[in-house]
Amino acid sequence: MDRFVFLTLDGLSRGAVLAAFALALVLIWRAARIVNFAQGAMAVATAYVAYSVSAATGSYWLGFLAALGAGLLLGAAVDLVVMRFVDHTSPLNPVIVALGLVLLIQAVLGMAYGSEFLPAATPFSRTALTVGGVAVLSPYDLFVFAAVAVVVVGLAWTFTRTAVGLRMRAAAFAPEVSRLLGVNVGGMLTLGWALASGVGALAGMLVIPTELGLHPHAMDLVFVSAFTAAVVGGLDSPPGAVVGGLAVGLLLSYVSGYAGSDVTPLAVLVLLLAVLLVRPGGLFAPVAARRV
Amino acid sequence: MSATRAVTPPDTEARVDRAGPAEPRLGSTLLRHLGLAAVAALLLVAASYGLEPFRNFQLATVAAYLCATAGLTVLTGLNGQLSLGHGALMATGAYTVALCQNAFADAGMTGGWLLPVSLGAAVLAALVVGAVVGVAAARLRGPYLAGVTLAVAVVVPALTVTFDGVFNGEQGLAVPVEPPPVALGAYFPYERWQLWVTAAATLLALLLLANLVRSRYGRTFRAVRDDEVAARLAGIHVARTQVLAFVVSAAGAGLGGALLAVLAQSVSPGAFSLTLSLFLLMAVVIGGLGSLAGAAWGAVLLVALPDLTHALTEQLTLSPAVAQRVEGNLPLAIFGITLVVVMIAAPGGVQGLLSRLSRAVSARRASRQRS
Repeated sequence: MDRFVFLTLDGLSRGAVLAAFALALVLIWRAARIVNFAQGAMAVATAYVAYSVSAATGSYWLGFLAALGAGLLLGAAVDLVVMRFVDHTSPLNPVIVALGLVLLIQAVLGMAYGSEFLPAATPFSRTALTVGGVAVLSPYDLFVFAAVAVVVVGLAWTFTRTAVGLRMRAAAFAPEVSRLLGVNVGGMLTLGWALASGVGALAGMLVIPTELGLHPHAMDLVFVSAFTAAVVGGLDSPPGAVVGGLAVGLLLSYVSGYAGSDVTPLAVLVLLLAVLLVRPGGLFAPVAARRV
Repeated sequence: MSATRAVTPPDTEARVDRAGPAEPRLGSTLLRHLGLAAVAALLLVAASYGLEPFRNFQLATVAAYLCATAGLTVLTGLNGQLSLGHGALMATGAYTVALCQNAFADAGMTGGWLLPVSLGAAVLAALVVGAVVGVAAARLRGPYLAGVTLAVAVVVPALTVTFDGVFNGEQGLAVPVEPPPVALGAYFPYERWQLWVTAAATLLALLLLANLVRSRYGRTFRAVRDDEVAARLAGIHVARTQVLAFVVSAAGAGLGGALLAVLAQSVSPGAFSLTLSLFLLMAVVIGGLGSLAGAAWGAVLLVALPDLTHALTEQLTLSPAVAQRVEGNLPLAIFGITLVVVMIAAPGGVQGLLSRLSRAVSARRASRQRS
């Protein structure tokens, strides 16, 4: 029973990070109808920025802020320099371009930093506190929950309560009408990319210390898990992404706790296939009639 | 029939071209492909005597990659299904060949027929895995399919560590291969023999694929890619067509992976990482989706690019550690940039540019004759 409690709490902490990462995918999907397959590589790039800044200044928090800033810039740059010019008539084209970015980013990181695992620092201890003899959360887990909660609430507030959020939603759902009403649709798209990439950077900063460390491929499997989380929730729904993230986090935690961590990738694949085959629109999507 | 179409919708030029001369009849197509294969075989045998051993080995590697890129071209270029998991299908073929060859060696069996049997088993295994993934894939679209195949690409190499009793974990397996037959002489170069074996298997696979592409099935592949609703109205069973395309493509990838394993005489999960899957996709996109010639360009690129960057980094004076980093990663960076640029500027890839060029030349010649 103690073990179950620990695995559940650990899974929720893992799931919070996946939720943030899935949220980043959902943001871009809603704004541009693109699944950003380069999200993981972009997050790793910002984590390397944090590593360099922290090493130069000796402060974790300066590195943390640098990662978030780099995330915002990188997202905007990817939209302005690359995605804007891609022919979107086939959904395959942006996917292929994003994969090109994955190769490019990972190669540049490998050239600059080498492909050894670098240690990734945490601001708080990762040893679990015990309450009444039961190991529960570590201070770092609490930090993860707080950071993700701030992001989720902040995004929800931005999209529902601010003028910029309203314009972003309008630009995503009815670009032509919004343009006629004076909304800078291209600018809103770039802003969406920047926000999503910033959230991705945060998720990367939170998850990399709990994995093997900093490596150009550190986010490959995390990306697959987060994609699964986004699909579980339905790519269109931010609350779905949060629920999906928590669900996938719990699944990963139980599977690695009871069956061994080697099996977790397989469990993710099975879950992804099961959800896509049974409910391709995700658990939160309304059932739509087929067009054919 | 325009064979150079990318995944983007046809421009007007391609539309005009498509209304051009009628497709040749199947009989003459088969003869033409047989003729081409015979010419290619003769050229390769001549080349195997003319080239030094290392070039023979490289050519054999190109042939092995060509099986996989040709398969992927059929799937992505002709049927419009994107797969990021072909590296995993290659791994399936490679591990099957390793297990078969080891089993034969343990049983003390020898003979020239063992390798073809192992290769056949590898194709079969990849076929089965491809059918499983293909059934799922036929229900999925665009980014969803990409996501699932990406998961396959990440998960399958990890499975070799999970079941390390069979696959020997990160170490991988050795692939025992018999020396060239004695009939060829005692000093027959091993690399030449490797080229012969790989090229023979690849030519056979290409012959089958080329005929499939030109057949009724090839046309239904393209019809489904261009417009699923129209294809369904025309009486095509869309899901069945998609599964068939996936299975054929998986068989190609399986054979390619098996040949690579035979060439390297070993398999390990590291050789079939996500990067390999991405490389294959890059290769077919840069080569030109939609034609087997594009797949050939892609396969050449896969082998030539690391070689070229190696030559380049040797020219530069870098410290050994930096040189090693650059050498490993420069081909990836070049591939990535090329892919992005090709997708934005020339979605037809190398083969698309070539055929556009040849069209322009023949159009100019025609107008000159008229005037």
